[in-house]
Amino acid sequence: MPTPSLRQLNWIAFQSILVKEITRFTRIWAQTLLPPAITMTLYFVIFGKLIGSQIGDMGGHNYMAYIVPGIIMMSVIQNAYANVVSSFFSAKFQRFVEELLVSPVSNNTILLGYLGGGVTRGVLVGLIVSLISLFFIRIPIAHPWLVFLVVVLTSTLFSLGGFINAVYAKKFDDISIVPTFILTPLTYLGGVFYSISLLPEFWRGLALANPILYMVNAFRYGFLGVSDIDVGVAIGMILGFIAVLYAVSLHLLKRGIGLRS
Amino acid sequence: MQALRIRQLAKTYGNGVEALKGIDLDVEEGDFFALLGPNGAGKSTTIGIIASLVNKSAGSVQVFGHDLVEDLALAKTCLGLVPQEFNFSVFETPLQIVVNQAGFYGMPRREALVRAEEVLNTLSLWDKRNVQSRTLSGGMKRRLMIARALMHRPRLLILDEPTAGVDIEVRRSMWEFLRGLNAQGTTIILTTHYLEEAESLCRNIAIIDKGLIVENTSMKALLATLDRETFVLDVRHLNGLPEILDGFPLRRVDEHTLEVEISRERNLNQLFGLLSERGVEVMSMRNKANRLEELFLSLTEKKSAA
Repeated sequence: MPTPSLRQLNWIAFQSILVKEITRFTRIWAQTLLPPAITMTLYFVIFGKLIGSQIGDMGGHNYMAYIVPGIIMMSVIQNAYANVVSSFFSAKFQRFVEELLVSPVSNNTILLGYLGGGVTRGVLVGLIVSLISLFFIRIPIAHPWLVFLVVVLTSTLFSLGGFINAVYAKKFDDISIVPTFILTPLTYLGGVFYSISLLPEFWRGLALANPILYMVNAFRYGFLGVSDIDVGVAIGMILGFIAVLYAVSLHLLKRGIGLRS
Repeated sequence: MQALRIRQLAKTYGNGVEALKGIDLDVEEGDFFALLGPNGAGKSTTIGIIASLVNKSAGSVQVFGHDLVEDLALAKTCLGLVPQEFNFSVFETPLQIVVNQAGFYGMPRREALVRAEEVLNTLSLWDKRNVQSRTLSGGMKRRLMIARALMHRPRLLILDEPTAGVDIEVRRSMWEFLRGLNAQGTTIILTTHYLEEAESLCRNIAIIDKGLIVENTSMKALLATLDRETFVLDVRHLNGLPEILDGFPLRRVDEHTLEVEISRERNLNQLFGLLSERGVEVMSMRNKANRLEELFLSLTEKKSAA
């Protein structure tokens, strides 16, 4: 084999990690792709159709149209996070993360490979849920590129969250604590099902401290052209969080926290 | 050129355990080298540091002249590791495992598929290339880890207990394979609990105990230091032999078994002559322990007593 330059080596290694990650979540599609399709269908039926028909308009739009972007975003967040946390923790638990640690792959490449897997699953699940939503309502997409950008950025952010969680996790219980006790409440309180303009002033102020609110609203703006907050601020916040979590993740990899003794 | 150069390597774990106390070790290119030591001696820590799985506390390691701190990626490209415990995804197939591994070393997928066929065939795993790895037998799993380590054609291959838990037939076939690999130019470092394995395969040896190298020499030179051996003789009848027969200490195990310790100054012909004179027929004979085992025990025991 002719010796590749380190740049070539890392590019091929990135593709290998990505292929490995995509193969993993598609091999277990019944655990990764099917559940969000079923759960989100139930949300559309119960909250959108049955309860939504009694609610009337929200933010100037039909209630079903209002919650579709939020529900898509909720599935993207959960799946991007779940993909990386379970995949990286399994790699640690079964010790095949050592395949990467022993190899000349850079820490950046390892991180980007896992993020690539999380983003791919996030985008794919988002697409599946979007297609399912078409059975219930056809909503125009006001800013398609913004929709795509927000999905990719949000998937990246929560993939990073999943990675950090996996680095610190010591047992399987540890990878479900954050999704159950932090991610789910923040998502439900992040304006998926309602506009924060409905909240009393104190709670509205508190809701603005929830980062998921910004993602859901930026995404909703991409679809409907309406948002509770400024879209530029939302994108800026997501990028800021990504920068911080990426730096933290890279630091953890370099120090070998939870990986090297 | 030196395949491996270690200087003053030390490791103290977070719990205060001093696993390595400043060891020096050189392994020449093309060598077949044994690193032996009792459990907890520091072998796995040493290998872990060389393979970047353990952070060192002090000292330096160079692989083919590439320093692990300054030139880490290049050092890693020279190295292949077969760890003691299975560390592959049990849900992936052998083909996926080895092809992905090649990718981590920068080998394009098309080339990796060709190399995978070659390596898996050599290790008799090609027929199993598409089954989930968890269904492989213990011996096949060991061979899979060797196949994975060889994908990028490492110049230095480190095997940590590669034949642990495999049957004799598989072990012998692995020995043949490793001999062939070494003959083709791959430097091999081996740790093993089977001292017969080290004696049969390796040209040079280091014995590590309690974080220190207690012996580092050629296998021949080490075995030459063995000043006495114990043999077990299967005899037809003991015929009332004394406890010491003309200076040979004898130990009667049962009616048909005798143990005798022979120092370097004496020889087996003398013993057989004395036994024949007393009408004792020797049916068969074997070493009580592997020669290296006796040395290993004496070296590590001496150290413990010191």
